[in-house]
Amino acid sequence: MWDYTDKVKEHFLKPRNAGEVKDANAVGEVGSMACGDALKLTLKVDEKGEIEDAKFQTFGCASAIASASALTEMIKGKSLKEAEKISNQDIADFLGGLPKEKMHCSVLGRQALEAALANYKGETVKEQEGEIVCECFGVTDLEIERAVRENNLTTVEEVTDYTKAGGGCESCHDTIREIIAKVRDEERPVARPKLSNIKKIKMIEETIESEIRPSLQQDGGDVELIDVVGNRVLVATRGACATCRASEITLKSLVEAKLHEFVSPELVVEEVKE
Amino acid sequence: MTTVYMDNNATTQVAPEVLEAMLPYFHDLYGNPSSAHTFGGQVAHRIRDAREQVADLLGADSPDEIIFTSCGSESDNTAIMSALQTQEGKNHIVTTRVEHPAVKVLCGHLAKNGYRVAEIPVDREGRLDMDQYKESLTQDTAIVSLMWANNETGVIFPVEEAAQMARSRGILFHTDAVQAVGKIPIDLRNSAIDMLSISGHKLHAPKGVGVLYVRKGTKYAPFLIGGHQERGRRGGTENAASIVAVGKACELAGKRMNDENTRVKDLRDKLEQEILAKVSRSRVNGGEAERLPNTSNISFESVEGEAILLLMDEFGICASSGSACTSGSLQPSHVLRAMGVPFTMAHGSIRFSLSIYNTEEEVDFVIEKVPPIIETLRELSPFWKPEEGACATGT
Repeated sequence: MWDYTDKVKEHFLKPRNAGEVKDANAVGEVGSMACGDALKLTLKVDEKGEIEDAKFQTFGCASAIASASALTEMIKGKSLKEAEKISNQDIADFLGGLPKEKMHCSVLGRQALEAALANYKGETVKEQEGEIVCECFGVTDLEIERAVRENNLTTVEEVTDYTKAGGGCESCHDTIREIIAKVRDEERPVARPKLSNIKKIKMIEETIESEIRPSLQQDGGDVELIDVVGNRVLVATRGACATCRASEITLKSLVEAKLHEFVSPELVVEEVKE
Repeated sequence: MTTVYMDNNATTQVAPEVLEAMLPYFHDLYGNPSSAHTFGGQVAHRIRDAREQVADLLGADSPDEIIFTSCGSESDNTAIMSALQTQEGKNHIVTTRVEHPAVKVLCGHLAKNGYRVAEIPVDREGRLDMDQYKESLTQDTAIVSLMWANNETGVIFPVEEAAQMARSRGILFHTDAVQAVGKIPIDLRNSAIDMLSISGHKLHAPKGVGVLYVRKGTKYAPFLIGGHQERGRRGGTENAASIVAVGKACELAGKRMNDENTRVKDLRDKLEQEILAKVSRSRVNGGEAERLPNTSNISFESVEGEAILLLMDEFGICASSGSACTSGSLQPSHVLRAMGVPFTMAHGSIRFSLSIYNTEEEVDFVIEKVPPIIETLRELSPFWKPEEGACATGT
């Protein structure tokens, strides 16, 4: 028997928003009977771009029904922009977690939402992109790549739990392994040629200017480069950042992260108090 | 909430008489049957009695043909591995597409290790393709392993006929009779079956004990090597309490065989006929074939089995499903797929398996609760079009 959370059970036994929105202007349908689960999501989006109503119809197991029910609760009253950001993990989290073998139910929810939002924007339903890897469940390489990237998957078993790929005849397991290896490779930091000090300082200045300052200034803050000593980047905060108690977090999560991404992963950002 | 247990092909309640028979072996009669003293020796006597009880139910020639094991899977593994070990050079195994994993997965493993495995298909009702079976028997075939009755559908294979065909070609014949023993009469005296597996907990004995019948004169190699127990055919100190239990359970099964095939069968028939009458687009898998008297495998179109099970669970009703989601795999049961049951039906299959302990009140309760459950789930399903009373595009 599956170990479902109380919240999963509750959403399964008393599903919220089951049915079809009568005057829906966004419809997303994913899955199929052959695959064992399917979800049809109907939305009513108002003129302000807010999701006024959302309903679902599901063919599937308890966790598929619960995931769809949870999804409708999560998106009702949200703007399209907010809804776009919902990931499969958010759906699972809302339910207090799903058994790992059932994570594909949350992925189904996210896919239906994406399909509905695309439908609202009038985008023609995207032709299946990528190449089918898993013939049994019709899963493409791009879907697998995305699941690996977004959920940090490392094994074929995990890929099957999240996408169903590889859960049938198993003949695609080698291909799935290759995809995992490829995504892992991309994520491994590329070895960069050693930077000269002058070049490093120049790149830091450029990154602060183009990548960091604009988003800080939006919130009324700023940052100034004081000095670079080896891999220590000394900065001073300005404006709102100078008095913000969260400035240290900003320095780590934004400034340092951007410098790691664009200059070198070895840099350490330190705040200089004047 | 009371439990309405209709999952007896999964496991059964230990019969009160069986429990009573086995309890003394935990406290008063804890001696080792191999010991020289009377205290241990008396346990050996009771094990001999149990061997006779099992032999009686099977119609075996001699109690010596009964080997006690730890479970049905061990019996299956022992039989197949023994046949391969004692007939070196023969590399071919004949089995079916609908076997229990204890045989199916073992054969899959052997196929990766140099053996050739022929899996005989079944028709839409789960009946074995006897022509293909006959053709598959070759000089190179070491063993045939066919289940007597299918655990998911209850469909019975013509094992006697199949065993005769094997014997006339000098091929060993094993049958996994885990679901058949105790439910239908078996008489090995006049049969060509060489080996037969039983599981204790499927016939009201506890879990953790099985039986392998090996006909006298059959070449045999032990699977579990160790002491001289079971006359050197299965090492390891005897599980005395459970062996006594399985003996008692076989004795009871013999006495209750008639009840199983009349009253239990009537209950099963009532259950499936009334559910089918009340729920549109439902069918019995294997319903046209010869079946065990206790098993009914019903498919409900456009709904998923795990959801049905969990809603039944709210009423204390216990059953099983061949849907993908229940098993943790992603595909519906290999048995239903082998039968060519369409996806629209396979995902929504529920197995009810009764026992002599079920009552008519329980059957009526299930008949009352199941149809609204299916209706609730169909209302949620995007594939269900009530006006058509059928399912939309079942891709």
